[in-house]
Amino acid sequence: MKTDISKLLQKNHKQILEDWMTNQLADASLREDLMSNEELGEQSQELLSALLKSINDKNLNDVQSEEFENVYEILSGISMSRARQGYTPRETGMFVLSLKQAIIGTLTKMLKNDPQALVDASFKMNNLLDSLSIMTFETFIKSREEVILRQTDEISEISTPVIRVWDGIVALPIIGTLDSSRTQVVMEALLQEIVESGSTIAILDISGVPAVDSLVAQHLIKTVAATRLMGAECIISGIRPEIAQTVVHLGIDLSNIVTKASLASALRHAFGILQLEVQKKQKDKTVR
Amino acid sequence: MKLVLNKDKMQIIREQDVVPFRNRVKEYATKIGMGIVNQTKLITAASELVRNMLKYGGGGEALIEVISQGRDNGIRLTFTDKGPGITDIPLAMKDGYTTGKSLGVGLPGARRLVNEFDIKSTPGSGTTVCIIKWKNG
Ligand SMILES: Nc1ncnc2c1ncn2[C@@H]1O[C@H](COP(=O)(O)OP(=O)(O)OP(=O)(O)O)[C@@H](O)[C@H]1O
Ligand SMILES: [Mg+2]
Repeated sequence: MKTDISKLLQKNHKQILEDWMTNQLADASLREDLMSNEELGEQSQELLSALLKSINDKNLNDVQSEEFENVYEILSGISMSRARQGYTPRETGMFVLSLKQAIIGTLTKMLKNDPQALVDASFKMNNLLDSLSIMTFETFIKSREEVILRQTDEISEISTPVIRVWDGIVALPIIGTLDSSRTQVVMEALLQEIVESGSTIAILDISGVPAVDSLVAQHLIKTVAATRLMGAECIISGIRPEIAQTVVHLGIDLSNIVTKASLASALRHAFGILQLEVQKKQKDKTVR
Repeated sequence: MKLVLNKDKMQIIREQDVVPFRNRVKEYATKIGMGIVNQTKLITAASELVRNMLKYGGGGEALIEVISQGRDNGIRLTFTDKGPGITDIPLAMKDGYTTGKSLGVGLPGARRLVNEFDIKSTPGSGTTVCIIKWKNG
């Protein structure tokens, strides 16, 4: 008679869960700091029940079967939450892999008198659980990527602070590499602030830009051109000596742009344009 | 004779690969004690070539080598792509020549920034550019 693996497993539900929990609790990478053992038990129970409910003798061969949808859903939920909680890939992978050990262990015990059936059953369960493991990793990585993407967005936003340094003067320090998407953010922030503050001078400080290649130069030139179209003058400051030499050798012509070595000299230049004068306070003459 | 002291290969397939590559070059340059001006020149040249490789060559491979010749140490960078290649190299090396609506300073500028510059290209099968910047060059 052919053994019905799914029935066999369903009958041993309790034993499998117990073995699985024992495996997990014994593993050195158990993260009691991130999840209580009760919670872990609940997760395990939920997944195992769904899995045992879904399998039958026909779909065991077919990991794509729609009947497993529920299992995949539960598992991807678990995997996503682990990615966000800061579990390592190994710790997350161990969750499914230790279930595999428990299932194969039970099968080995139950089918020890029928080697052929055991091989057959192990093969199928291996396939199924491998596919679940792969999915675990895929969702895990996807969630991590989402976290990274969100952080990238946040970084590009916080890294473009436009500062009103004086009435009519805005400054924007650029830190990091000025790529195309970054330029877009920088330019928008700058133009917006020029309109809102009614400024006529914008200072773009590139002290924090590691290298000025032709792409960065082009982005700078475009930003300057856009500011001019808004009726404001744009000064580029923070040109370090090594950057100046490199730009010259590279053959980029920045002679149409006002450039200054430091933010302070750019500010002085801006004061000049606005016909402002900064003076040291006169000492009280009567004291002398 | 040039001796190779260290080798490092990086695949460049996306825009996001540029910054890590540049940082790697900077690391090696710092390690051999290259000054900040030469470092900046090397990194800028590398940046140009790596961007060309991405934009025109469909991505490729960058090899970073630490080399020595006599008393001087240096960095050799080799960029290899399997893109369409360049038919007229002298034209591509001209200042202001571009097929990408850009400034056209990448290749000629990179040549001015380094000590040795070599470009080979076979139309239809790809381009290889090799540059050397000596520590005290
Ligand atoms: N790896 C490559 N494969 C194919 N064509 C290339 C490659 N590198 C450069 N070229 C060709 O050579 C031309 C000149 O390159 P160069 O880097 O000097 O200027 P650019 O890239 O067009 O502009 P810029 O570098 O100033 O942004 C390019 O427009 C392109 O047609
Ligand atoms: Mg170029």
